[in-house]
Amino acid sequence: MRNSIKLGALAVAAITAASAVNAGTLEDVRGAGELVCGVSEGVPGFSNPNSEGIWKGLDADVCRAVAAAVLGDADAVRYVPLASKQKILAVSSGQVDMTSRTTTWTMKRDSAEGVDFTAVVYYDGQGFMVSADAGISSATELNGATVCLTTGTTTELNIADYARANNLTLEPVVFEGKREAVEAYASGRCDALTTDSSQLAAFRAGFADPLAHTILPEIISKEPLAPLVAHGDNQWKDIVTWVVYGLITAEEFGVTQDNVADMAANSANPSIQRMLGSSGDTGGFIGLESTWMVDALSAVGNYGEIYDRNLTSTLGLERGVNAQWSDGGLLYAMPIR
Amino acid sequence: MSSPSRTAKSGLSIRNLGSILSQGAVSVAVIAVAYVLFANTQENLAIRGIESGFAFLQHEAGLPIGDSLIDYDPTRGYGYAFLVGILNTLFVSTLAIIFATILGIFVGVARVSNNWLLAKVAAIYVETLRNLPLLLTLFFVYTVVLASLPHPRDAIALMEGVYISKRGFYLPRPLAEDGFALFMVATGIAFILGLVFWRWAKSYKIRTGISVPGFWGGLAIFAALTGLAFMACGQPLGSELPIYKGFNFRGGLAMKPEFASLLIGLVLYTAAYIGENVRSGIQSVEAGQIEAANALGVSSGIVTRLVLLPQALRVTIPATTNDYASLVKNSSLAVAIGYPDMVSIGGTIIGQNGQAIEIIAMWMAVYLTINLIISLGMNMLNARVQLVER
Repeated sequence: MRNSIKLGALAVAAITAASAVNAGTLEDVRGAGELVCGVSEGVPGFSNPNSEGIWKGLDADVCRAVAAAVLGDADAVRYVPLASKQKILAVSSGQVDMTSRTTTWTMKRDSAEGVDFTAVVYYDGQGFMVSADAGISSATELNGATVCLTTGTTTELNIADYARANNLTLEPVVFEGKREAVEAYASGRCDALTTDSSQLAAFRAGFADPLAHTILPEIISKEPLAPLVAHGDNQWKDIVTWVVYGLITAEEFGVTQDNVADMAANSANPSIQRMLGSSGDTGGFIGLESTWMVDALSAVGNYGEIYDRNLTSTLGLERGVNAQWSDGGLLYAMPIR
Repeated sequence: MSSPSRTAKSGLSIRNLGSILSQGAVSVAVIAVAYVLFANTQENLAIRGIESGFAFLQHEAGLPIGDSLIDYDPTRGYGYAFLVGILNTLFVSTLAIIFATILGIFVGVARVSNNWLLAKVAAIYVETLRNLPLLLTLFFVYTVVLASLPHPRDAIALMEGVYISKRGFYLPRPLAEDGFALFMVATGIAFILGLVFWRWAKSYKIRTGISVPGFWGGLAIFAALTGLAFMACGQPLGSELPIYKGFNFRGGLAMKPEFASLLIGLVLYTAAYIGENVRSGIQSVEAGQIEAANALGVSSGIVTRLVLLPQALRVTIPATTNDYASLVKNSSLAVAIGYPDMVSIGGTIIGQNGQAIEIIAMWMAVYLTINLIISLGMNMLNARVQLVER
């Protein structure tokens, strides 16, 4: 109910907001001196406040990188935790400048819900986790099973589609919050838990005995997760898009948090010079300082460092399909020139 | 006090004209603001490329629903899915209102009981439940329900076909067989005959003063005739037993833990409030009246039924109307413990479809309608029990 009220307030905000939506978000962010960034209500590895209340995770680092590139200060971010069903509306109504919150890029959202997606930061896919003693090894054996999941996401559509396509009867128990869904699964209410497989790994890592749970091999959907901005502000969309590409490109070129200052001063590689503003003015293309990527990389490091810090070292997630294209993965940043 | 009416009769005075003008101006301003908001919304939605309107209700929903009173599958439309949610909201609210009323009456009576222990237990119950947020109560009940029940493999079997486990409370499903329609007709006739006997007993008592147990007699007639008809029609009622297979029980009737927890939580919470209404109603009746009735030798059951209750209800009903309305609204907390009520399903539709304004409007319309109907019914009941002054 609390969320319904928030949602109502957002809807009212959407109603009353003057048609300032096309005005520059860049000027707004600079004027306010901070970036308002929508994040999750707590997903380990992506966006989750630590014991000191500081937001950590891959999604949170994307917010920090954008703030560093735009304002020169990675800490000038106000994080707004959003429930799943608020995440689109909060962006389209201008409540937040951008959302970096494990949000799947879909056609409907991109075209008919008033938001634009920028660049994919994580290629995910929906999977199932089951108790190891259930003795099943494939999702096709789940006929008749009860499945815990959360509301307001593409998860529900995916599981219904999968059940129809494979002639399975699955009984859903749909929760508002991730934590309640995980609790219900852990207490044995459901035979399986379904959500994006990266999150399944994160939740499994949090269980007292991770080995008592198995993540089934089937990935039943494509979940390209990308930050999103309001529809209609092309300059702002370009900024967020190219900051993400910059982080990915930096890994490709071996530019890291530690060596970025040195690279900016001494690198002989013209591609690196252009990206770091040592020659030309790539920042100027999108209305930013020429040091935009130096600021972003000094704050959070390149994509590989972000991934390793948030997902590999803490949750044990391997790069998998999220490796660079040159390593056989799907990450392929557009060239910065 | 005659001057205001004279002014009113003599037409518009300057003062009246002024107040009419100012009221008119305020109305125009309110309508203008509403119009600007509406037009601005439409414009903003168009600018952002957000769809609006209710055409999406026809589109395929594609979402799974775990607990539905009517046949549902994901190929149905969004409108139909929302209807499933409305029915679930109505179902849980109706049952919760009935049980909360019964429990509330017990609690209220216990509060004013002469039995020290009973009164204290009731007082502790009321104070605890009223002072905890309902959401906490729901989480608590849900956790306790799940933690205390076994896995369906080791389900508690109360008897053949009745099982309790973490997956729910499973019962045999009654199935109509040949002759069931005939049996239903016989049941209807038996009901009418029972009612007729009850009415006759009443009028007989008024005519002759001799008391006949009309209610119990009527009930006995109904039960005897129905039983005979059941035998005569060849016992036209079969059953489908739930059977454990694979992960869970198949077949039979099921009550899911989410539904049970929501129902228990709502009942416990609201009964505390209703109990207080009942207590205040009872305490509002002058002690002298009951003493007078006792002094006349009237039996205590009749004192309660004919002296205490009719007067207590006058105080109890209006406050209870509010609690019923709150209960219906509180049922939206279902979303926290996974029961697919209207808010839960509507939230999913927003997530898939993005048309928040339409869904929020539908939520508001449904809650408003339900609560206006409750309010109407309770006001009619209230009008019947109020003192009729002659």
